[in-house]
Amino acid sequence: MSAGPAALLEVEHLTMRFGGIAAVNDVSFRVQTNEIAALIGPNGAGKTTLFNCLTGFYKPPVGRMQLHAGDGKPFLLERMEGFRIAREARVIRTFQNARLFAGMSVLENLIVAQHTATARASGAVSGILGLPAHRKATRIARDLARHWLDRTGLMFAADELAGSLPYGMQRRLEIARAMCARPRLLCLDEPAAGLNARESDSLNTLLLDIRREHGTSILLVEHDMSVVMRVSDHVIVLDHGVVIADGAPADVRNNPDVIRAYLGAANGTTAIRAVAIAC
Amino acid sequence: MDYFLQQLVNGVCLGAIYGLIAIGYSMVYGVAGMINFAHGDIYMIGAFVSLIGFVALAGLGLTSIPLAILLVLVFAVGFTAVYGWTVERVAYRPLRGSPRLAPLISAIGMSVVLQNYVQLAQGARGKPLPPLVTGGISFSAGSGQVTISFLQIFILILTISAMWGLDWLIRKTPFGRAQRATEQDIGMAALLGVDVDRTISATFVIGAALAAVAGLIVTLYYGVIDFYIGFSAGIKAFTAAVLGGIGSLPGAMLGGFLIGLTEALWSGYFSIAYKDVAVFAILVLVLIFRPSGLLGRPAVEKV
Amino acid sequence: MWRLRVLAAFHELRDCAALRDAGRAGGIAAVLAFPILGFRLADSPQGLRLETRFSWVVFAAAAVFIARLMHHGLHRLPGLAFARAPGFANIAARARFSEPSTYAALIVFAVLLPWLPFTGRNTVDRATLILIYVMLGTGLNIVVGLAGLLDLGYVAFYAVGAYSYALLWQNFGLSFWECLPLAGALAAGFGLALGFPVLRLRGDYLAIVTLGFGEIVHVILLNWTPVTGGPNGIAGIPRPTFFGLPFAPSAPEGGKTFADYFGIAFSPLHRIYFLYYLILAMALIGAALVWRLRRLPLGRAWEALREDEIACQSLGLNPTIIKLSAFALGAMFAGFAGAFFAARQGFISPESFTFIESAIILSIVVLGGMGSQLGLTLAAILLVGLPEWFRDLAEYRMLAFGAAMVLVMQWRPKGLAQRRAPTVRLGNAPAPAPAQAMAEAP
Repeated sequence: MSAGPAALLEVEHLTMRFGGIAAVNDVSFRVQTNEIAALIGPNGAGKTTLFNCLTGFYKPPVGRMQLHAGDGKPFLLERMEGFRIAREARVIRTFQNARLFAGMSVLENLIVAQHTATARASGAVSGILGLPAHRKATRIARDLARHWLDRTGLMFAADELAGSLPYGMQRRLEIARAMCARPRLLCLDEPAAGLNARESDSLNTLLLDIRREHGTSILLVEHDMSVVMRVSDHVIVLDHGVVIADGAPADVRNNPDVIRAYLGAANGTTAIRAVAIAC
Repeated sequence: MDYFLQQLVNGVCLGAIYGLIAIGYSMVYGVAGMINFAHGDIYMIGAFVSLIGFVALAGLGLTSIPLAILLVLVFAVGFTAVYGWTVERVAYRPLRGSPRLAPLISAIGMSVVLQNYVQLAQGARGKPLPPLVTGGISFSAGSGQVTISFLQIFILILTISAMWGLDWLIRKTPFGRAQRATEQDIGMAALLGVDVDRTISATFVIGAALAAVAGLIVTLYYGVIDFYIGFSAGIKAFTAAVLGGIGSLPGAMLGGFLIGLTEALWSGYFSIAYKDVAVFAILVLVLIFRPSGLLGRPAVEKV
Repeated sequence: MWRLRVLAAFHELRDCAALRDAGRAGGIAAVLAFPILGFRLADSPQGLRLETRFSWVVFAAAAVFIARLMHHGLHRLPGLAFARAPGFANIAARARFSEPSTYAALIVFAVLLPWLPFTGRNTVDRATLILIYVMLGTGLNIVVGLAGLLDLGYVAFYAVGAYSYALLWQNFGLSFWECLPLAGALAAGFGLALGFPVLRLRGDYLAIVTLGFGEIVHVILLNWTPVTGGPNGIAGIPRPTFFGLPFAPSAPEGGKTFADYFGIAFSPLHRIYFLYYLILAMALIGAALVWRLRRLPLGRAWEALREDEIACQSLGLNPTIIKLSAFALGAMFAGFAGAFFAARQGFISPESFTFIESAIILSIVVLGGMGSQLGLTLAAILLVGLPEWFRDLAEYRMLAFGAAMVLVMQWRPKGLAQRRAPTVRLGNAPAPAPAQAMAEAP
């Protein structure tokens, strides 16, 4: 359990039930500022449910999720409406099946993500009349979009339909779009799914750069161990809705409970070697 | 009290009509994912075919009412089914796979075509039919008498039989299985060898058949029909399908009865003019609290 | 060469498949026609009688048979494959017309229309009607085309606009120019009233509730006689003035008429032309407003909502505000159009505000395609302009219109505008340094 300076995200005793089954059972963990944390576990462990609770798609009956923005009172995510979690707490997520605005261009996707910031900088009247405040806000939005197009290597596709991009690019676009919303906490749902080795490497570099340059914390759900091990500062392992390990990647890797959860009650040493090779 | 019961009986019969039409909407929505706007007008055609049948049989000298009803039932269901089949082939099948709004516009166009077709062929005035089935059972309740006519009993029996037949068809026959598969996942059903085209066509045909039964009922019960009844009944029946949860057949019938009762009771106790307002108010209220309808399965969007 | 082709086509037609298919079609048509066309319910002193008209059945079957044969023939004669021509966007691209220049040409044509040699009063009248529908289409386009909310009861807002003007004049003596903004505001209010209960509803449920809303408004107009005049409606609504100068042969004491003021002879054409330019201005302002909004966060939010509501929420967009604003703004357009309609006709009744109007406006938007303003303008010209020329068909007009709706959807299911152009393009300036981009961000 990582302690130390006040965490960015504190989850305490989170429980979510469907019918009689607790998909997430008394889960507690923390994500620090400027940290990349990975949430792993076998299928059905409750990772996506946890994500959905964090981002307001489910309302958990028990537990607290606090986002500390620094100054002022923390955001109580369990009480906030979905879109407010994104707008005010700036917890932005991506989805397992990339949910892009398929009928709009790549650039438009990135501009939409800056809706809140732009709308706050200049109102509708200013916009309709084309006043300077609006023009400045538009320029800032476009510059930020350009920045992320550049970083994700999508500049050449800026005016293409988002829905026409190949799969790997769509996933990159989703991350670029999420970053345009200026998140404090970026929640990525299986960002490496379906990517080949080279694309995974690019993803690793991108995530590390995001953490380094922008101070954004990242919480990712992932199955691809190469990404998890190379990129995360801190790994949380879920199994059947319960946290079974929480610590540095190296520690988690060798944790027998984790190995047992993934591979079943198999032969100890062979299993450890297998996991070590895989990572 | 007697007045109340009388209105109740009226409402149930009205509800049976709406329910039978509503089932057609629900079934088609389930397999084809579209609102068959022309369905109400199929019902109207069923009513006209029934009327023509009755007058023809009377003209041929048939005096046995039950036999006439039986023959007209077969006649109406047969012809209306062909209309239902044709509408699907002409207006909807070519648009399968198009953006959702295209079949809707096509359906509205088809509805306009059917209404005007009948209006041009038969004239715009209402066509009256003298009551064929008279008499009923009376019993006293409260201070007065409540009469349930034989016709109303017949309507209930007919509706229940139709429901029972449909239920058997859906649950026990290969066609029913094919239909349920197509409803769940049309692509997969096709890959597994289900003839999706035929299944969808058959669904439209069954919906049209039920609408024909409703048309027969309305001809006997109300005695006056015109080319516009399809539109107003169609909207109410569609409301009933949504109220009950679109895609759910028991829901459609339940919705039909609810709307029929609302209409009858409101007309009886308040005003006839605003009965439609009452019906829609009920719909809005239900949808506010149960956005998927009463018996509808809430569409869970996987995130 | 073409003679050989025709001969080949003829030989192919003679073979079994096409004939059998046409025969089947004819047979089905005969079955369909038999009860409804074959018999006629006629009134007589003894009640209903049946007259037989089997010749009609034969005609119907024959007509369908021939039409089906021709349909097969068309597919085999490649020169006639116009039905499969590309969308106008592709044609325009190939002809090197850009969308803006097409639009500019249309506007110039519209402005000059009354002065063109072949246009008479009738043409200007029809153009006025088309422009009313362009305005209505622009409004519904916000709701259906941009925000993706299926509204089947849009005619209700049109009615609110018309009756607002009529009632405000009747009860408070307000003039057209005073009522115009009020009509828009009232309609927008109704739009909000419709929007609130439907916020959580999925597409098709939304459709039926909006349809019900339209029907409820119609029923109220029909029955609330003390206020709305019931089936007879409200008559004697004053026509708009030229900022105070009436378009009449003579003015009330002490005033001047439009003709007096400008020193020209009175002509009834003045009012017609004024109304035309008024609705043209309204439609242009409306279109410009929508064009501008699409480039603002609000307009993009509408389109994003249509694409994926859940993704919108995950980026901090508030679906409630987006939906309500779409409903309200869309309704406002209808309110303005309604007030104009009342002023033009001088009299309104519930008959003008039935479901078929909602259907026509929806068809204009859908036929236009993809939320395209140019598309819907062309669609309005097609769907409203052409049937006016078919008035000679009299009672067959609506039948033809319905058939046209079915056929046009099969011809162009995605609408006339096949593609959507992005509202913002990247441009050529180099990317700024990351520090600067993030520093400027709030």
